[in-house]
Amino acid sequence: MKGNIIKYAQDNIDTDVIIPGQYLKVHDYAELATHAMEGLDPDFHSKVKEGDFILAGKNFGCGSSREHAPIALSHSGIKAILALSFARIFYRNAVDGAFLLPIEIDKDAYDGISEGDEIEIILSTNEIKNITKNQTYKMKPFSEIIGKIIAAGGLFKYKPDQD
Amino acid sequence: MNIVEKILARASGKPQVSPDDVIFANVDKVMMHDVSGPGVIKVFDKLKNQGISVDKLWDPTKVWVAEDHFVPSADKVSAENIVKLSNFTKNYGIEKHFKYGMGQYGICHTLSHEEALVMPGDVYVGGDSHTNTTGALGAFACGLGHTDIAYVLLNGKIWFKVPETYYFKINGKLPDHVMAKDMILKIIGDIGTDGGTYRTMQFGGSGVDEMSVESRLTLCNMTTEAGAKNGIVEPDQKIIDYLTSRGATNVNLVNGDDDAEYAKVFEYESSEMEPIVAKPFSPENISIVREAPSVELDKSYIGSCTGAKYEDLEAVARILKGRKVKIRTEILPAAISIYQRAMENGLLKIFLDAGATVGPPTCGACCGAHMGVLAKDEICISTTNRNFPGRMGHIESQTYLSSPLVAAASAVTGKITDPRDL
Repeated sequence: MKGNIIKYAQDNIDTDVIIPGQYLKVHDYAELATHAMEGLDPDFHSKVKEGDFILAGKNFGCGSSREHAPIALSHSGIKAILALSFARIFYRNAVDGAFLLPIEIDKDAYDGISEGDEIEIILSTNEIKNITKNQTYKMKPFSEIIGKIIAAGGLFKYKPDQD
Repeated sequence: MNIVEKILARASGKPQVSPDDVIFANVDKVMMHDVSGPGVIKVFDKLKNQGISVDKLWDPTKVWVAEDHFVPSADKVSAENIVKLSNFTKNYGIEKHFKYGMGQYGICHTLSHEEALVMPGDVYVGGDSHTNTTGALGAFACGLGHTDIAYVLLNGKIWFKVPETYYFKINGKLPDHVMAKDMILKIIGDIGTDGGTYRTMQFGGSGVDEMSVESRLTLCNMTTEAGAKNGIVEPDQKIIDYLTSRGATNVNLVNGDDDAEYAKVFEYESSEMEPIVAKPFSPENISIVREAPSVELDKSYIGSCTGAKYEDLEAVARILKGRKVKIRTEILPAAISIYQRAMENGLLKIFLDAGATVGPPTCGACCGAHMGVLAKDEICISTTNRNFPGRMGHIESQTYLSSPLVAAASAVTGKITDPRDL
């Protein structure tokens, strides 16, 4: 999976800036996408391209349980978030709803990857390749259940009884 | 096992569970509201398109629905959402739908305790992050997103990784000028907004034993702001009395074993506690009120599941009685039952005499939805739970989080004020 990075070098990017509260009444996915990241980066909607990845610091997606947050990002074209850590509801919403991949990275990857870099996420080896800079970093492997839900394509397609 | 492990072991049909075990837990109660409900309906529509049956729910008697975020309907879109939600509850036979303008209604988390909808030992999930609140009744109470709630509605169960538990031992009764809100802000300030991520935050010790049920609800409510999976207090006789006075029968207590294990224990001395505010733009950005910046406030907001329970309004009334507010002061009781008690006991008269306004129960401006959102550069002191950029309105507005006592004292002076300094 390859994509280009949109980098926000900050911690605690919360759901109120990912999709502000006034849009919670909106359930049209395409319309939500037009307001993604509005509280942090008003230019996001014009610069994001299909297949891009977001890179951020720790506790990405903290705050509300609003599934609007991964929905708005995913329908903007974002395929994965690379962050030092995630808030728990955002993480499980992203996985259970099969909206995007939450990838936990280390400080080397966080510091080493820049805005615009082309990145390849290789799940089979838990590696992140920076194609632009010809560097490779480790990602934190998914836990067993998360890996299975992602492989199934979301919680509703995952069959726990067949484990 | 500790209380959470015991609840999750029972709910997953296992003799024992330990932190990091992945389980599918049978759910006892599930809640959604006028924001998560339409989100769940959208998931149902998607499932239908994929050929997955959504004809009936696993058990509509275990589901309840609140209208709270955008009531009274803020505009056409939110009005449509209420209609959608009403059609859904009608079609699926959900009888517990608390409607705005029809008897008891209010903020979902407030209804969970006011209406005794959740019992000690329950696995309770809700389509809202502050579902953690209800752990104060001794339940495993956890917030989930739309897909997960849809899954629970159809299957009656959901996966969890058993959390490890941080135990917060509070020694001694809190001083009169300090509230549970000050305590939880202090804890979040100490461990940070990701200090509880994936974990249970359990509260105990003589300080918690002494606390009212409502104060315990405040503690558990803001475990969400530390990133916790859930907050919990071991239930006692106060919980039995509280729930039975609200119509519950056969309230059984589940408690942790004597040799329960905790990942970490934190201790606090109540006598050393001071009133606290969280400055913009994070609940962890705390200051003692007496050392807070001297800013000119525009508004005091007393509302939300965190800070508009009956006890919170009583605290505000103690301060406002015989005084006048110097800034706009908006008081929104968290449920109609609380509104009514406030009326019967003369609290509303105290608020109106002081010059404050009283609004209907709603999440309203707490989440920047409507009913009192902030303009650019406005500064608000609020009994709510979050103060991220733009949380209560304009991205360049500012919110200070405080206890109801501090929000009321600050309403009187127009500056952030310790109630002892009035």
